[in-house]
Amino acid sequence: MLWNTILLALREIKRNVMRSVLTILGIVIGVGAVITMVTIGGGATAQVKEQIASMGSNLLMVTPGKRLGPGQSSNTVLFKASDGEAILRDVNSIAAVAPVSSRSIQAVFGNQNWSTQVTGSDNQYFRVTNRSIRLGRQFSDSELRSGAAVCIVGETVRKKLFGGQESLGGNIRLEKLSCQVIGILEAKGQNTMGMDQDDIVVIPLRTYQRRISGNQDVAMFQVSVQQGASTDKAQQDIRLLIRERRHLSPSDDDNFNVMDMKEIANMLTGTTQLLTALLSAVAAVSLLVGGIGIMNIMLVSVTERTREIGIRLAIGAFEREVLMQFLVEAVVLSSFGGLIGIVLALTASVWLAGMLRVPFVFNAGIVVIAFLFSAAVGVIFGYFPALKAARLDPIEALRYE
Amino acid sequence: MTALNHTDNQPLIELQGVTKVYGTGQAAMHALRGIDLRIDEGEFVAVMGPSGSGKSTCMNILGCLDTPTAGVYKFKDIEVGKLTRDQRTRLRRFYLGFVFQGYNLLSRTSALENVELPLIYRRVPAGVRRARALETLETVGLKGWESHTPGELSGGQQQRVAIARAIVTDPAVLFADEPTGNLDTARSREIMDLVTGLNRNQGITIVMVTHERDMAAYAKRTVRFLDGLVESDEQNGRAT
Repeated sequence: MLWNTILLALREIKRNVMRSVLTILGIVIGVGAVITMVTIGGGATAQVKEQIASMGSNLLMVTPGKRLGPGQSSNTVLFKASDGEAILRDVNSIAAVAPVSSRSIQAVFGNQNWSTQVTGSDNQYFRVTNRSIRLGRQFSDSELRSGAAVCIVGETVRKKLFGGQESLGGNIRLEKLSCQVIGILEAKGQNTMGMDQDDIVVIPLRTYQRRISGNQDVAMFQVSVQQGASTDKAQQDIRLLIRERRHLSPSDDDNFNVMDMKEIANMLTGTTQLLTALLSAVAAVSLLVGGIGIMNIMLVSVTERTREIGIRLAIGAFEREVLMQFLVEAVVLSSFGGLIGIVLALTASVWLAGMLRVPFVFNAGIVVIAFLFSAAVGVIFGYFPALKAARLDPIEALRYE
Repeated sequence: MTALNHTDNQPLIELQGVTKVYGTGQAAMHALRGIDLRIDEGEFVAVMGPSGSGKSTCMNILGCLDTPTAGVYKFKDIEVGKLTRDQRTRLRRFYLGFVFQGYNLLSRTSALENVELPLIYRRVPAGVRRARALETLETVGLKGWESHTPGELSGGQQQRVAIARAIVTDPAVLFADEPTGNLDTARSREIMDLVTGLNRNQGITIVMVTHERDMAAYAKRTVRFLDGLVESDEQNGRAT
């Protein structure tokens, strides 16, 4: 009986090629879109987490103002280089402190120019940001002390300005400052926010203050805590130290911010998760649209199908046989469409993940959900019109218009 | 199903005061107003009457495609009205064949598959099924057309496929609702010769609705309907 029914259903699918293809297509699009979006979103989240882990969880950022970002108040008190020295000296378990001031500047070499991020700092910067010098050397103490016109450039800047030429020892111009390239940084690629970390020029802090910013301020400090030491403790100690240095009374709020990378990590992960949720919503809409497509096809063919059911009943088919046939047909079409959708989605995800340089993370949950949803849509819209028709007297089904 | 065993003096089909009303209240339409009819095994009955006289409705009730509003329908002394839906389906499956005016073949399906269909529901094994379908198609003169779909066949050929589908199960009765309604005279005669042959050679009881006197003349007996009632019932050749 079951084999008979499956046979009838398969025959029916073959007979109505167009209807079958459209039904399958609706399911393929729905399932495919959902799985692709969620997989890519998952990959992006995983990548963010991975990058944060590679940055190290022992990093603290000390920034002026109440909070990071556009909420900064105008009466922000900026740091001086001595604040950094105090942190290193007075707070326990600090491995390194790097002052960081930076600005976007047009760098020129010969007839090449390139807009890049110019950062004033010292050799601690390379330690804190976990970067090494591929070619050349770090700043010397005298260069740092005197504010010499020397710089260390990232791979992107080197490529843009020098191309195939020898870069070490070359002089690049940063506004009025002409400085000599003494080192090339190891390439690091994009960071979590998609910014090119190799698009950078590092010059001694003093040089930056004198020749670029024209003041003694330091925009922020990046602090690396010793391995095994508590970042929470260090964070608290730095906070107390700066409050003391700034003579803040107990009732005053902090006019600076000591941020743990974990907080930044959480923020970024939250953002990517939001993005994933958004993409999933878009995908869910496409699943819904696919479902409506299936519904339309099924409803349009309801007249023909009702007559067909009438014929089958008239020549001696049981109601349950007809229903079973339609059910099998719907299940076969839906699962077939679902499987194609899954295969296409996974292929597309692997390809897209490669293109977008995010890891491919297989999410079995969404595959199952998308498949079940599409199957449900196919079965509901394929089966229920048939259920209505099969309950009629055969002659009514035959007369149906 | 032992109760369906046939004894000679029993009518095959018996209708007692069968009525059929469509709609309710003021809009109610009385298609049948109390039909009494008896048909014996081996008969060839033509049912005639103008449009709206209830002949098709009566036919659908006889073929278990429709249910009467009131009255008794006995098939081989079984009261059809007391059967369940599945039991009536079983009756259609094993005893009744139906030919419609509009053919009602499955579209985009080959003649062979259309004829095989009732056998599939009878659980006839594939090999036997195929052989019998081919044989029946040959009987109705469609040898060589087995793989054609209804769209590729003429009206006469489609009706032959429909007849083949109705008789492939060796039914006790063949109901034909204006089988020649859509056909020209020559095709109609071919179909009627075929139907007459089935009655004469295979002993299939035939009940045929028609509004053409020529076609009714093939039958042994003519029942005339008028306004939902039997107007006359006479043996052909004897009366007139």
